[in-house]
Amino acid sequence: MIKSLFFLWEFLKGIYITARHFWINIFFNFFKLIGFKIREKGSVTIQYPEEKKELAYRHRSLHRILSREDGSPRCVACLLCMTVCPSECIYVEAEEDPNPEIQKRPALFIIDISRCCFCGFCVEACPEDALRMDTNIVELAEYKREKLIYELDKLVKISNGKIQMSNLN
Amino acid sequence: MLLDILIITIKIILGISWLLTLTLILTWVERKESAVVQDRIGANRASILGIRIFGLFQPLADAIKMMFKEDFIPPFSNKFLHTIAPFLSFFFAVVTLAAIPFGNEIVIGSKVIPLQIMRMNVGLVYILAMFSLGIYGIIIGGWASNNKYTLLGGMRGTAQLISYEIALALSLVGLIMIYPSLELNKIVQYQGDLFFGIIPKWGVILQPLGFFIFLIAGMAETKRVPFDLPEGESEIIGFYTEYSGMKFGLFMMTDFVEVILISALITTLFFGGWQIPYLHSDGFHFPWGGKVILNQWIIILLQVLSFNIKVAFFCWLLVLARWTYPRYRYDQLMNLGWKLLIPLSFVNILGTGLVLNLI
Repeated sequence: MIKSLFFLWEFLKGIYITARHFWINIFFNFFKLIGFKIREKGSVTIQYPEEKKELAYRHRSLHRILSREDGSPRCVACLLCMTVCPSECIYVEAEEDPNPEIQKRPALFIIDISRCCFCGFCVEACPEDALRMDTNIVELAEYKREKLIYELDKLVKISNGKIQMSNLN
Repeated sequence: MLLDILIITIKIILGISWLLTLTLILTWVERKESAVVQDRIGANRASILGIRIFGLFQPLADAIKMMFKEDFIPPFSNKFLHTIAPFLSFFFAVVTLAAIPFGNEIVIGSKVIPLQIMRMNVGLVYILAMFSLGIYGIIIGGWASNNKYTLLGGMRGTAQLISYEIALALSLVGLIMIYPSLELNKIVQYQGDLFFGIIPKWGVILQPLGFFIFLIAGMAETKRVPFDLPEGESEIIGFYTEYSGMKFGLFMMTDFVEVILISALITTLFFGGWQIPYLHSDGFHFPWGGKVILNQWIIILLQVLSFNIKVAFFCWLLVLARWTYPRYRYDQLMNLGWKLLIPLSFVNILGTGLVLNLI
């Protein structure tokens, strides 16, 4: 058991490492507290509701439907997104568009966000570039399931990050 | 007579509130220190009216949560013993405080008030005895829960604490040989002397090996992580599995109280207690000839402050050790206790005896 005396050096090394972390972080935190600008942060924590991490450029967030110049949605109710959706959360019902150039438009366009797996297949499938997932809205939690069913006008209203969730409901 | 009773009551109230306040702060220190060591921030959300002050309200929130949790006594347990076990554990930890000196003494007229709850001439033996009795809380808690895991945890805890009790006591024998007293205030007073007129005669300088053994055995006595076999919260199930609410809270608090008491003991025995180097009863007398005369009250304030700073440092060190080391395996623990610490403490006693004989 004399062998364990030789572990002592390793014990001291271990406590030296933690103590060094402690004092260096305390030092940086103290400088931050008295309002001193330094590059090191002292901690890697992101304090979420107050401080948000920037999302990646290609991050897939809540869907939106783009509009034409005249304000009508770009969707032509081709049902491709509905077909490709692996979690079957999109439901589209087509109706006749008065404009003969367009021919079809959605009477109903429903995305059930509570089922959506945010795979982005619908965006890739869309031939009209009507559907995108670039709103950067990720805080989608609701108290009621009905509120997670997004309809056409709600999806059109979400423009790129300008409308916050609180205004939507 | 009435005045004496009043004084001792005030001292008990002050001592216990000191201990419990420090316990609450230590739970905060535990969270924050572990966070800072691991590059995190730690609990800082508990607030009163939006005021957070680094999460210092977290202990209060914890205490409120513990109080309002359901206090469940399992139907298959021995109800009386199950209830009394945490109180035993907590009581025997807290009474240890009685013998620890916070400062020298206050002299008002002819009245001498020692800054120590009880000045008894068996102080050290009393403390060791109370630490040993604390084992009853563990073994009764483990047995009365009537659960095989808690029983095993209680057995492990008892075995561990009894083994380390021996090393703890033996490591102090060398110290008692140097400072010939069991009364803690006398031991502290002896440590005020100087070596060659410069180096203070602190226990750690005269008894480095004893200090090392006492530190490790004391860490084992607190039942915290490098030695947390009785509890084993992460995988081996411990003796307070069947406890909930404030009874569990009492077991938790016992751990923290023991950390404070072990820190206070290390301070008192090995780091000069309330002594500040070169501070005598009338002020500073520096060995290079300087002299600063101070008021009695300032000296007492400095002594109490010095004691508290030392205790805070050792609390910090013990918490740091808790967040640095992994747990010992059971056989390694027993090997460390019986095959390393106890022989080393015998070596320490022998060496001290030899040196004392030669001088």
